[in-house]
Amino acid sequence: MKLSGAKAIVEALKKEKVEVIFGIPGGSTIPFYDAIYESDIRHILARHEQCAAHMADGYARVKGFPGVCTATSGPGATNLVTGIAVAYMDSSPIIAITGQVPRSMIGKDAFQEADIVGITTPITKYAFQVTSASQIPDAIRTAFLLASTNRKGPVLVDVPKDVQLEEVDPDYPERMNIRGYVVRSGDPHPYSVKKALGLIMSSERPLIIAGGGVIASNASEELTKFAELILAPVATTLMGKGAIPENHPLSLGMVGMHGRGEANKSVEEADLIIAVGMRFGDRTTGKLDEFARNSKIIHIDIDPAEIGKNIKVDVPIVADAKKTISVLYSKLLEIGSKRTESEWIKRINSLKEMFASNYAEKGDGLKPSRLMKILRDCIPSKSIVTTGVGQNQMWAALHFKVLEPRAFITSGGLGAMGFGLPAAIGAKVASPDRPVFNIDGDGSFLMTEQDLATAVSEGLPVISIILKNRALGMVRQWQCLFCNRRYSHTNLGNVPDFVKLAEAYGAEGILIESYEAFEVAVKKSLRAEMPVVMEVPISPDEKVLPMVPPGKGLKEVIWYG
Amino acid sequence: MAEEGQMHIIAALVEDRPGVLFKVTSLIRRRGFNIDTITVGSTEKEGVSRITMTMRGDESIVEQLVKQLSKIPDVVKISELKPSESVYRELAMVKVSAPDPSKRSDILNYITIFRGRVIDASKDSLTIEMVGSPKKINAFLDLMKGFGIVELARTGMVALPRGSKSASE
Repeated sequence: MKLSGAKAIVEALKKEKVEVIFGIPGGSTIPFYDAIYESDIRHILARHEQCAAHMADGYARVKGFPGVCTATSGPGATNLVTGIAVAYMDSSPIIAITGQVPRSMIGKDAFQEADIVGITTPITKYAFQVTSASQIPDAIRTAFLLASTNRKGPVLVDVPKDVQLEEVDPDYPERMNIRGYVVRSGDPHPYSVKKALGLIMSSERPLIIAGGGVIASNASEELTKFAELILAPVATTLMGKGAIPENHPLSLGMVGMHGRGEANKSVEEADLIIAVGMRFGDRTTGKLDEFARNSKIIHIDIDPAEIGKNIKVDVPIVADAKKTISVLYSKLLEIGSKRTESEWIKRINSLKEMFASNYAEKGDGLKPSRLMKILRDCIPSKSIVTTGVGQNQMWAALHFKVLEPRAFITSGGLGAMGFGLPAAIGAKVASPDRPVFNIDGDGSFLMTEQDLATAVSEGLPVISIILKNRALGMVRQWQCLFCNRRYSHTNLGNVPDFVKLAEAYGAEGILIESYEAFEVAVKKSLRAEMPVVMEVPISPDEKVLPMVPPGKGLKEVIWYG
Repeated sequence: MAEEGQMHIIAALVEDRPGVLFKVTSLIRRRGFNIDTITVGSTEKEGVSRITMTMRGDESIVEQLVKQLSKIPDVVKISELKPSESVYRELAMVKVSAPDPSKRSDILNYITIFRGRVIDASKDSLTIEMVGSPKKINAFLDLMKGFGIVELARTGMVALPRGSKSASE
């Protein structure tokens, strides 16, 4: 049956079981939108393409299924770039479908022409252009295959307008074979497993560091059981939050530049680090030469290029986190190696006690750490938290205990301010029954604030908690600590009034000036039917501590002095 | 140019499609790798091109480059060819200033020793074709510097594994 290229795309998306597309139409996607118009795929109209990409990303991370976003050629496509880069750095599966000028105009600097394949090649798993309608079925299949297998990531498909209009009798492939791309089984190599088991059994002080790969491979349950079996405390990277319930006795919280004291100290004292689905990023390791000098390292990752990229390890295992942990677990059970008590766990518990009082923030006003604790106590464990980027994000990471996987959504690798609100919208679309909170800062929130309009129009009750310090707080903190308090251009002023801003969009705005008011507002927001924006003023001098200064080893920590 | 001892040869078989060379070079630039030469050409298989690159650096850098490049879906197969287990050649064309008949005969002697060929001649110059390892070409060019090199073009290296083995296996 003959149909247009645009309809062929929509049919292909339906075959991939796509239920929702986030996007904004434009000149070069009018045919595609015409096909969407009569389809039963839900479309969420974003107000900025960057947000469409973040929404698809938030959706993908919550759902564990690729999120789809779309934009027109030229500026629409370039506006997607930040969102695509976020997904790339955090290995999140999104598919971006962009319109392009007609084939005859490509390369002529036509109106709204941009080389989006060239622009996004370094920030995608793959970016390519469809040059005839007959390629569409394979192209969409390829995009989903690449995005959602091995190490996940964004894929961009660029479709010239005349290709969308071209008539085609599409032939949808059941399976797709790409010569240069092998879908890994994810099974660990028996030899590596044997070596890993040897190290685990001879270790007295094992430590697990769990990264985003544990979440991506749905390995949280296995990881927690494994940790219990070998009595290993579990620290996580920022992306790994939720890999183990953070109220679990073996949970240490986040490790790294703003890691918790007990987590960073454990890295120093461990004799074996089992790194799962993490890439030894600089924000996690601090100065590499000083990272885990006293320990052996087992590195489990699905991406072979991550092995040895940043750090030399003793046992590399290129495999799926879930499969590897399961194999290690059952082998250890077979051997009958189960620990019941250890000096190491006593030491971990005493570290936790030792650092407990260090987190108290000094000075007047509402304290982020206490706000995070109140929030945790007031909302169900299945609630999803997204964050902006900067101090708000680190306070959330340090003090908000995540109890389930896929419940903490943040821009880890790229650190893109403005991520919180659109990611929350995507998360809410993915999981309408779970409360979704965006913990944000005033600087960060303002970067994508216009998409409150999307949340209101779509009736998506996401709740934004804006920690308003009237400053670009994280940069201000560095200026305070490392630039002799020369606050160069980090003062935002007391603008805007977020309560009025929220009301202008038809959302509910609340000014929060006490812990009690915060508690009441949070509890009430759980029943909200429209988006809520809480403006929570805090001091601009509030800092995220502890902090390991950039380029320093994990033990050179700054605490409140 | 590289000393051959430190030289690494990377052979990639890639899809013969528009934009593939861009994907490869974009990754090399983005990840901060530094290559000395790169050549692209057809292979015995239709639809597959061969990219041959040379670079200097320690093993771990080369290994990382190979791993990163192999993640590009257009890269069908990639491997490092050890110089000791490969044959490799480069072509250089060099135009040398030769107005003086006595110097001209010196140049022709060197060409014979190095098994090159004169492929163009004029009153004042000779254009020489030289095929060989980069080391041999470098040695020849060093000699030619004394006469005055007017212009030089080099292809970069191509390589195949020795014996009956194939890089695509």
